Amino acid sequence: MAHAHESNTKRIWVVLILLTVITTVEVVFGIIKPASLHLTSFFGISPLNWLFIILTLVKAYYIAWAFMHLEGEKKWFRRSIVWTSIFLICYLMTLMLIEGSYLYSTLSPLVKW
Amino acid sequence: MEANIAIPLDGKKTWNGGGQKPFGARYGKMMMWFFIVSDALTFTGFLAAYGLTRFKFIDSWPIADEVFTHFPGLHGVHAPMYYVALMTFILIISSVTMVLAVDAGHQMKQKKVAWYMFATIIFGIIFVGSQAWEWKNFINGSYGAVKTTDGKVLQFVKDGHQIALSDFVVGERTDGRVQHERHNGLWFEEEETIANYSIAQIQNSYKSNSDIQIRSELIDPVTKQKIILSREEGMAQLAKTKLVIEGANLKVNEYGNTIFADFFFFITGFHGFHVLSGIIINIIIFFNVILGTYERRGHYEMVEKVGLYWHFVDLVWVFVFTFFYLV
Repeated sequence: MAHAHESNTKRIWVVLILLTVITTVEVVFGIIKPASLHLTSFFGISPLNWLFIILTLVKAYYIAWAFMHLEGEKKWFRRSIVWTSIFLICYLMTLMLIEGSYLYSTLSPLVKW
Repeated sequence: MEANIAIPLDGKKTWNGGGQKPFGARYGKMMMWFFIVSDALTFTGFLAAYGLTRFKFIDSWPIADEVFTHFPGLHGVHAPMYYVALMTFILIISSVTMVLAVDAGHQMKQKKVAWYMFATIIFGIIFVGSQAWEWKNFINGSYGAVKTTDGKVLQFVKDGHQIALSDFVVGERTDGRVQHERHNGLWFEEEETIANYSIAQIQNSYKSNSDIQIRSELIDPVTKQKIILSREEGMAQLAKTKLVIEGANLKVNEYGNTIFADFFFFITGFHGFHVLSGIIINIIIFFNVILGTYERRGHYEMVEKVGLYWHFVDLVWVFVFTFFYLV
């Protein structure tokens, strides 16, 4: 709101190009799936999955900051939104994924293939 | 006791989003943001449940590349990811036209706002249509599979590539099974579409064609590919068949775990419903723009608010895309 009457058109187009490039990179890696990234493991999941997750977070950052204009909001308004969401999402995800791994380690020995 | 009264009653104007501006944002926009936070947590709940289930069945989860392989106009061509990448791009473009509408609103350019809103609505409709097409392919299925008595889904491969039941099943079905319809059975009951092939037909075709192998759901941890069984093992598994599956629904799924289909329908469906409601809200605001409501009000903050919702829908799709199709 501080810069309510300025036009941010240039910034918007730059962000569009960034998002398009990132999506293209994701899709190319998703189709090729290089063995060195796909079949190895790094902190529990493959480096390819880390790449996808990080690029997704980068995209989320640009959508929230540029398109949803969080960068123009007051600092503590932004924090009340971003910190709350990130904390709760990380919390829930961590618990559920740990639980999922536990279910796998408990139940999979009982499945006969 | 002034703190008890947030806004003096006589200063309240219903349609300017509230006179007070905590954090420098009008109430309307602030509440939209907090609605988005809560909605984001709803989606987190769904994606977390999806993650839990996937981790629970980590050794047999369907591989997205083998599930979503269609592209309009390319029949029988293995095209993983292209279509969903196109959908993602369409949604990003619609986000851009939306933010351009908000930008034009800041400059009070009514015509520009209207045109950008219109473009956003069109791209939104294209996206929902694309999702419907994706659903159609998923529901109809592309190959067909069988399910055994112990709940395993068996797919058929030739030279390492999956083939459809229609590619190798020969002969006539001899079990005399016909579709139950009102005119040949009970008039008050209907039956879901039955499979094109009988179990015996598939078993016999497998026996007589030594090129065909069976692919199990189990993933080889080294190659991260589904394990292909030997002819003998395949025969033993196939003998346990209890059901022929063509396509996917909430009960059976030719791609593997049924719960994969359940989550697919539920999460993309919930997202699609958000897009649909976003389109409807956008249309309402679009007409308000044309009628000059915001011109008379003196600001285009309503466009900004629906813009926030629309971008949120895009934001969610970015995560759905990653966790359903990429990871």
